Amino acid sequence: MLQIQNLKKQFGGIKAVNGASFEIKKNSITALIGPNGSGKTTVFNLISSILKEDSGKIFFNGEDITHKSIEETSNVGISRLFQQSRLFKNLTVKENLMLAICNEDTKFWKNLIGYKISAEEEKKINEIAKLVGISEFINKQCKDLSFGQKRLAEIARAIIKPHSLLMLDEPVAGVNPKLRKEISDLLLRLKENGDTVLLIEHDMNFTLKISDKVVVMDEGEVIAQGTPSEIKNNKKVLEAYLGD
Amino acid sequence: MISAYIIHLLILIGIYVILALALQIAMGFGGLLNLGHIAFFGIGAYTSALLTLAGWPFWLAFLASGIIAMIFGFLLSIPTTKLKGDYLALTTMGFSFVIYAILLNWTDLTRGPLGLPGIPKPSLFGISISSNFNFLILTIIIVLISYFIIKRITSSQFGKVLESIRDDELASKVLGKNSFKVKAIAMGFSAFFAGIAGSLYAHYITFIDPSSFMIMQLVPVLLIVIVGGLASLPGTILATIILILIPEALRFVGFPSSIVGPMRQIFYAVILLLILIYKPKGFFGRVEME
Repeated sequence: MLQIQNLKKQFGGIKAVNGASFEIKKNSITALIGPNGSGKTTVFNLISSILKEDSGKIFFNGEDITHKSIEETSNVGISRLFQQSRLFKNLTVKENLMLAICNEDTKFWKNLIGYKISAEEEKKINEIAKLVGISEFINKQCKDLSFGQKRLAEIARAIIKPHSLLMLDEPVAGVNPKLRKEISDLLLRLKENGDTVLLIEHDMNFTLKISDKVVVMDEGEVIAQGTPSEIKNNKKVLEAYLGD
Repeated sequence: MISAYIIHLLILIGIYVILALALQIAMGFGGLLNLGHIAFFGIGAYTSALLTLAGWPFWLAFLASGIIAMIFGFLLSIPTTKLKGDYLALTTMGFSFVIYAILLNWTDLTRGPLGLPGIPKPSLFGISISSNFNFLILTIIIVLISYFIIKRITSSQFGKVLESIRDDELASKVLGKNSFKVKAIAMGFSAFFAGIAGSLYAHYITFIDPSSFMIMQLVPVLLIVIVGGLASLPGTILATIILILIPEALRFVGFPSSIVGPMRQIFYAVILLLILIYKPKGFFGRVEME
């Protein structure tokens, strides 16, 4: 589904991503792990076109998306959760979800005449809100939510956006163990329903338990990739992670 | 019978309501701190004045004033699309200086500092709107239509996209929104309503010169938007009424006329400071100034 080929990105003299290559398969959960500063978030920013690569290619469902704009990349079917909260804070949770569900809302005249989201879309919003556990505070303004509620609302927004690949940057960072378990169950349920997930996460228990494949980065390079059990025993990974 | 003075104040309030509601589209909902807004007011005023002086009927000149201002709005959104906050404010302020300089120096068209006198009072479908009372009725009708359309734009899903860009443009793009297109439309319609406010102003005062469209004239409009509350349309109307009427009290205190003008500026500055300190969301705003 997604192929990353020899991706390079340099900031000044720092090689943030240095020839990273990996691929992820449809209907799987792939984790991108590595120590801080290893280039994981830069890879996410390159895939979602927020950054432009120095060289290398990104293919999504066979289509070269390397030079697409942020919104074009989004509209080929890539949905993304950021590391920091990026909810529209002055809007309610529901309004955030309504913005994610389709792009008819950017058609000015259609909206002026009186466009409204369909009953089917409304139903989908309520279903996902229930699934993620945000129904109770769906009509609250996002700036009034707690950290955990914000995280859930943002995950719901990423899920509700029409996509074939869901990219999650540290979905459980700073989240309590109960919520962590709920998010883990949610991701497994999404996979059961045919979703494809690429995630960055520092919590190894969480990552290794739910992932089908793990890609390990260090100093901008992919140093190992394989199943969780292969990665657990990989010498290079242990060295990079534990400094042994 | 309402006194001539009250009618005059109500007409001014009407014109400022349209001008401030127009700024709400770009600034309150879109987060675009557009200091070039007064230039759109000027473009509308000059377009309407020049066309009616050339023999065009009022209603056609009125529409043209909005459309020409709107075209300038679209054009201004192209180079400023990647700018935000202070940078956008400085660039759009530059735009208002450019338009002011054009109005002042293109004397063949605008008569420069001599201004355009004798702008005809409107006439609609054979009915002359020469009395101020009739002009007030026309202003009220245009205010109501403008309010209805702006309310419709901002409360639609398109308005929510605009608000999403104000809150976090990158996140909005990541959801697949074409922020350039949405901001250009917002800037265009903001300019359109500023342009028709300019047309009303020109035909009410019947004389315009470039000094009416200097950046300083934007201060009360900005203040109305901030005091009323960003993204609040009822707040904008309330703030317009208060901010137009309260300085009028200075006329009755007995200050010499040379002092009334500067006193008004001081009053605006004090109000702005108090609002920013004690009520940063304004009267009815949902959005805090950042």
